[in-house]
Amino acid sequence: MSERNRYDQDDEVPILPDSEYEAAREELKVPGPSAARGATPEDLAPSEEQLLYARILAFGMYAGLAMLTATFALYALGVVAPAVPIHELPNYWTLSAHDYLEAINHEFLHRDHLVTGWGWVAVLGKGDYLNFLGIAFLAAVTIVCYLGILPTLLRKRDWIYSAIAFLEVIILALAASGIIAVGH
Amino acid sequence: MYRLFRSHGLLAGLSVVLLATLSAPLGAQETAVAVEAGTTAWWVWPLALFLMTFVMGILAALGGVGGGVLYVPIVSGFFPFHLDFVRGAGLLVALCGALAAGPGFLRMNLASLRLAMPVAIIASACAIGGAMVGLALPTNVVQTALGATILGIVVIMMTARKSTFPDVPRADRLSTVLGIYGIYNEASLGQTVNWKIHRTIPGLLLFIAIGFAAGMFGLGAGWANVPVLNLLMGAPLKISVATSKFLLSITDTSAAWIYLNQGCVIPMMVVPSLVGIMLGSFVGVRILRVAKPTFVRWIVIAMLLFSGAKAITKGLGLPFFV
Repeated sequence: MSERNRYDQDDEVPILPDSEYEAAREELKVPGPSAARGATPEDLAPSEEQLLYARILAFGMYAGLAMLTATFALYALGVVAPAVPIHELPNYWTLSAHDYLEAINHEFLHRDHLVTGWGWVAVLGKGDYLNFLGIAFLAAVTIVCYLGILPTLLRKRDWIYSAIAFLEVIILALAASGIIAVGH
Repeated sequence: MYRLFRSHGLLAGLSVVLLATLSAPLGAQETAVAVEAGTTAWWVWPLALFLMTFVMGILAALGGVGGGVLYVPIVSGFFPFHLDFVRGAGLLVALCGALAAGPGFLRMNLASLRLAMPVAIIASACAIGGAMVGLALPTNVVQTALGATILGIVVIMMTARKSTFPDVPRADRLSTVLGIYGIYNEASLGQTVNWKIHRTIPGLLLFIAIGFAAGMFGLGAGWANVPVLNLLMGAPLKISVATSKFLLSITDTSAAWIYLNQGCVIPMMVVPSLVGIMLGSFVGVRILRVAKPTFVRWIVIAMLLFSGAKAITKGLGLPFFV
């Protein structure tokens, strides 16, 4: 069914010729899409900050996936030895995250503290923790995107959205910082 | 074309590595030892996860839902992984899907940055709260609540209608101040369409609950984003779907960091899931041309009902018939 002759997509709407459809809609006062007559290509183009956000996001996404591919290859193909031997994983992935961290620390890592927060950076030499690099990169892309559009928003004197972007950076940075700790 | 090659190339690279890893132990002495000892060889679960998420990716694309909403209840219900790791992986799966889709939607002006930013600030802050509560609560409580939420999602999917062009007689004051309006090219109508929104405050308030649920259960929240943006706030359906997908890249980022910092990430779970669901989505989009979406939608609803019931019985420690 033509999308043009439908209003609510789940409704059973009869197919009408365009002219009758418009007339019926007018008569029933059914609103339709507000056609933007005379819209120029500039009107249709995304804003400067939206395009910039998209560019940074695309670059970050490709770089993150490439990093994840490389680090997983090093780990899975045994090039870099993991902290937890792969064949031992089924003994640990049934545990809660806290019990898992305690168990692998006791059995394999023997560190003073459990590997939480950014503690994985200290064990990047282990194949399994090496993967955290790509994962953290992907999780950081959005923060970089917001930081990237902030100067544009400020230059345009868009104070409200500048404040929103700044606040979002704070929120995401707080989440990423590892300051927020929880436990069972 | 180059972009398509880059994304497919990366995915192909990940797939090759994954298949090489999972096939390496086949026939090896290790397998025989595992079988002799009556235990399942380690590679069986990542392989099963890869196959399951591949099917999920197909069904998710055909059923019009994100992968995360299928991933968490099914994998937590039928795989041996602890719920903490399933939620961590679920968030990363949803996050990567959103990161991959985001740039295209933003460039096409279908995802609106001005609509997403105010919503995201509420949803992402509440997702942090949800993740903290979810990780602090006993697993059985979270599992039961997850089951109830999944059954709620089924109700939403069965009852919520979608409006291609909702009626927005007047933009409200807040959306006007924030400048949330836009114009996009509607190919099916062959014309450009102006859009604006209303009921901004109730919409923003609902994102408190949506963000919280996304963080607590590790679900992508497209199932809730789209109805609120489309039916309540009055954004056109295409704008709602694209903005929702983009929004997940922000909401899930905040919750993903909490799970990552708490050590709820096992790469041997995350990567097979990621590859499986992304490959499945590519296949699903191609099948979509010939499939009957209504039929697939009912399959997705049945799967959600099944996994929701399984989550509740598992959480309550009750027997399940499978």
